[in-house]
Amino acid sequence: MQEFEEKKFVEETYDVVVVGAGHAGCEAALASARLGMNTIIFTVSMDSVAMMPCNPNIGGTSKGHLVKEIDALGGEMGVNIDKTFIQSKMLNKSKGPAVHSLRAQADKAMYSLEMRKTLQSQENLTLRQAEVTELIIQNGKIKGVKTFSNGTYYCKNAILCTGTYLASRCLYGDVIEHTGPNGLKSANYLSKSLTDNNVEILRFKTGTPARIDGNSIDYSKMEEQFGDEKIVPFSFTTDPDSIQKEQVSCYLTYTNEKTHEIIRKNLDKSPIYAGIIEGTGPRYCPSIEDKVVKFADKSRHQLFVEPEGLYTNEMYIGGMSSSMPESVQYEMYRTVPGLENAKIVRNAYAIEYDCIKATQLKPSLEFKNIEGLFAAGQFNGSSGYEEAAAQGIIAGINSARKLQNKEALILDRSESYIGVLIDDLVTKETREPYRMMTSRAEYRLLLRQDNADLRLTKIGYEVGLIDEDRYNKLCIKERLIQDEIERVKNVNIGANKKVQDCLIRNNSIPLNCGVKLSDLIRRPELDYDKLSEIDVDRPDLPSDVREQVNINIKYEGYIIRQIKQVEEFKKLETKIIPDSINYEDVNSLRLEARQKLSELRPRSIGQASRISGVSPADISVLLVYLEQGKYLNKDND
Amino acid sequence: MSNNDTIAAISTALSNSGISIIRVSGDDAITSIDKIYKGKKKLVDVESHTINYGHIIYNQEIIDEVFVSVFREPNSFTRENVVEINCHGGVLVTRRILEIIIRNGIRIAEPGEFTKRAFLNGRIDLSQAESVMDIIESSNEYALNASINQLNGSVSREIVSLREKIIYEIAYIESALDDPEHYDLNGYNDRLTNVVKEVINRVDKLIKSSNNGILLKNGINTVIVGKPNAGKSSLLNILAKKDKAIVTDIPGTTRDIIEEQVSINGIVLNIIDTAGIRETDNVVEKIGVDKSISAIEEADFIIYVVDSSIELDNNDYSIIEKIKNKKHVCLLNKSDLTNVVSEDDIRNHINSKVISISAKEGKGINDLENEIKDLFFNGEIEDNNEVVITNIRHKDLLCKCDESLKLVLDSLSQDMPEDFYSIDLMDAYKYLGLIIGQEIEDDLVEEIFSKFCMGK
Repeated sequence: MQEFEEKKFVEETYDVVVVGAGHAGCEAALASARLGMNTIIFTVSMDSVAMMPCNPNIGGTSKGHLVKEIDALGGEMGVNIDKTFIQSKMLNKSKGPAVHSLRAQADKAMYSLEMRKTLQSQENLTLRQAEVTELIIQNGKIKGVKTFSNGTYYCKNAILCTGTYLASRCLYGDVIEHTGPNGLKSANYLSKSLTDNNVEILRFKTGTPARIDGNSIDYSKMEEQFGDEKIVPFSFTTDPDSIQKEQVSCYLTYTNEKTHEIIRKNLDKSPIYAGIIEGTGPRYCPSIEDKVVKFADKSRHQLFVEPEGLYTNEMYIGGMSSSMPESVQYEMYRTVPGLENAKIVRNAYAIEYDCIKATQLKPSLEFKNIEGLFAAGQFNGSSGYEEAAAQGIIAGINSARKLQNKEALILDRSESYIGVLIDDLVTKETREPYRMMTSRAEYRLLLRQDNADLRLTKIGYEVGLIDEDRYNKLCIKERLIQDEIERVKNVNIGANKKVQDCLIRNNSIPLNCGVKLSDLIRRPELDYDKLSEIDVDRPDLPSDVREQVNINIKYEGYIIRQIKQVEEFKKLETKIIPDSINYEDVNSLRLEARQKLSELRPRSIGQASRISGVSPADISVLLVYLEQGKYLNKDND
Repeated sequence: MSNNDTIAAISTALSNSGISIIRVSGDDAITSIDKIYKGKKKLVDVESHTINYGHIIYNQEIIDEVFVSVFREPNSFTRENVVEINCHGGVLVTRRILEIIIRNGIRIAEPGEFTKRAFLNGRIDLSQAESVMDIIESSNEYALNASINQLNGSVSREIVSLREKIIYEIAYIESALDDPEHYDLNGYNDRLTNVVKEVINRVDKLIKSSNNGILLKNGINTVIVGKPNAGKSSLLNILAKKDKAIVTDIPGTTRDIIEEQVSINGIVLNIIDTAGIRETDNVVEKIGVDKSISAIEEADFIIYVVDSSIELDNNDYSIIEKIKNKKHVCLLNKSDLTNVVSEDDIRNHINSKVISISAKEGKGINDLENEIKDLFFNGEIEDNNEVVITNIRHKDLLCKCDESLKLVLDSLSQDMPEDFYSIDLMDAYKYLGLIIGQEIEDDLVEEIFSKFCMGK
């Protein structure tokens, strides 16, 4: 044993160090610890664990899918929001099943507290408040990290989840605060350590609206928006009955010409339009200034007024993020119906921060050039809590698998939104914070939020984050679905009176000859449940099984088409390009393709084919080249 | 490497010299060709490495008399099932047969693809791999450029405009799906139905044009020359009017040099109507005359129109001087009036085929068309090989686009959810893009962000 006095500073050793305890960091640390790795997670403030510095909700279109997938793999986000939500809504219910999306308003403070509690009760996991300032990298391999107080934490792997804290500054008008979100301490040293190790850094920007004192709002001038009557949980492990509770309301109001006039008049005071901001902002989440300028023909914009929690008066004004000076913010918010006497609790602001070019990462989220160093979340150029958490769990899993000498877990585009997200990040050159969208998922009919467990829980089980009991339940569910689909396809329905009555009652055309039950389910006006009265031998099945049967029968044609496309896709995806390939040797490639391939070093032919600047002919050439290599190896044997 | 899809290509240079060969390779090569071939035996029943006499039949119509060779895997060039069709009917028939094959679900081979398969299946020596790669890369680049360059300006503008229409609708749907609280899809079905119907109409028009080979600009460049008022424009009108499916009603045609495209039995003429040629001091007219003269120099074929009711003069002699070394035909127009110029008057100055017509009454036009056909089939004026292939490829893509759009209409009438038919819309968009050499990349996301105001 070493004597303590000899050491001037703290030195500790862990399997895995996680830098940052936001949504990515929490998932990464939990996955890592749960897979048996001795893990430490650093946060700049113990009061900001899993903080939600922007919108007070989890989920929404495509993001809800991500949460469900994280849950199906054994992550925490779904469980945590089920514990702390104050309103819940299934979006797009009138549209196809693939775009149904769950969104829940969170009690922000409770969300953070619950997550902190979970981290602190997790075996193998240490939560520590400290700013990480330096990476210790030797021979292209991570060895540990240093903190501001000169502590050294040795590790085998590290996962960077620094969010929007790296060299961040917040701006409104000509006021610049050198802080992270919500006035928290920024991390000002790590960027240099990264560039010293040849990591390429980008500068991105995002923003948030003001929080208004609820007591100063006249809700009678707004439209009240309620949660769903029947609440659907995010987590497949949450019993729906256990979360049916009283919900709070959100409110809808609008900007108007007066608001826009004030904004136009003061544009020169916005740091974006004054050219002070250097970072690239997201187009899908424009500030109100951007909306007024770019969509000048719109006479009003929607605003969603959402509660931040049960223990605060603060209301989030969704749709009106801004970086105008304080005084202009007052002026413009007060033009909005219901906000005439608004008191601002927190200003709207824009935030700039350092992040990396994620093409420096492998699909496993490990740096290509620094062994054992992983990265997840906004640090990788994404935006959103859910996108961050999704990368977090994968980075946590892959860091653990690396230490277990197991092959990395790479979810592909045909099995999950997580796969689409990570593939896009590490393959395409993102020029703005990346947000998930359902349109980015080319096989989205298969990637529904309702079947995330069927797609991923088996993988979660193999990885070790899903226990035996949950896995067995899934297998039973899978079986019930298969059997029932089979049965429904073989049930004959005759044109008897009972059937005709049922059809007429459901505004469907009566039969003129016998059909299979599945044919009736496919009729637009009918579904599986509506036909239960004429399906005499129907077994008693749980609602989630019935839902799967209905969707699979009803949309079978399209689903089969997508499955065929996936088979084509997999052909190229499973052709792995050896690490040893030297693209300079492949003479026939066009110059641009050779440069891009050398830089990005794709893992498979499939990934190569998605790199912009690589043509189908280049892919053909690569295939021939790889085939040639095979023969050469054979000759050598 | 098994379970490859089946590909086809014309493997001989297309000329009118007689036989051309279409090669088909892949798992379904033999069974697919059986569907359009009629001989003594079905091809699945004949021995490997045999040549079989029969006919290509499509929609009960005999298309051509052919010899078909069958090679069963692995004893073929590509080590796959290979069928080679020896066609006898010349360029147009060969093109037709390839088209029929493609409509049967076989894909047109990428440049170098037969060789690539031969290599991947271990048929070609390793030392040849390098050259295989070169062929793939260079010929693809060439083919891509060629296929885009060959496209008529007006056609490519039409495709761009159709794509804009389609992507706007997809972006609208996607915005509404991604941000349901901002964009509403109520009543949207009706609007989309109308848009899709309009797009289908326009695509159908392009398909008709492709039947006549006039999607592409590489037809036979034909110039009509003559003195002012010789009847050039009336002639052009007659030729153009005979063919209902010409692309002229697509806006923008007039911005091209080509003023009319006319298909005579599938032979495409790009006809340039020139200003009448005469000595002039008028500056504006002089520009027109100069243009006519350079058009003559660039033309493949010249139609010289003479007003037979007026004596030949110096202007005619100067035209004759300019066209005498070019392929041409001479028309004695206004046969309905009193003739003062005879065939011999022309022949005294230039060795021409002379046809007497009346553009006004439409007489003699058949003789002109027959003359053009004869010249083409005797190989005196030529179309080119790649154009034929490109055209078939384009037509195939247009048909696929059309099919996808019809699926959208089906889904709309069945009230399918938006996220289902947006897939077919995207397919239609993709097919059109392939014609003008555009990959999709991030088009949709770009369109969503630029046209729709999203988010918080």
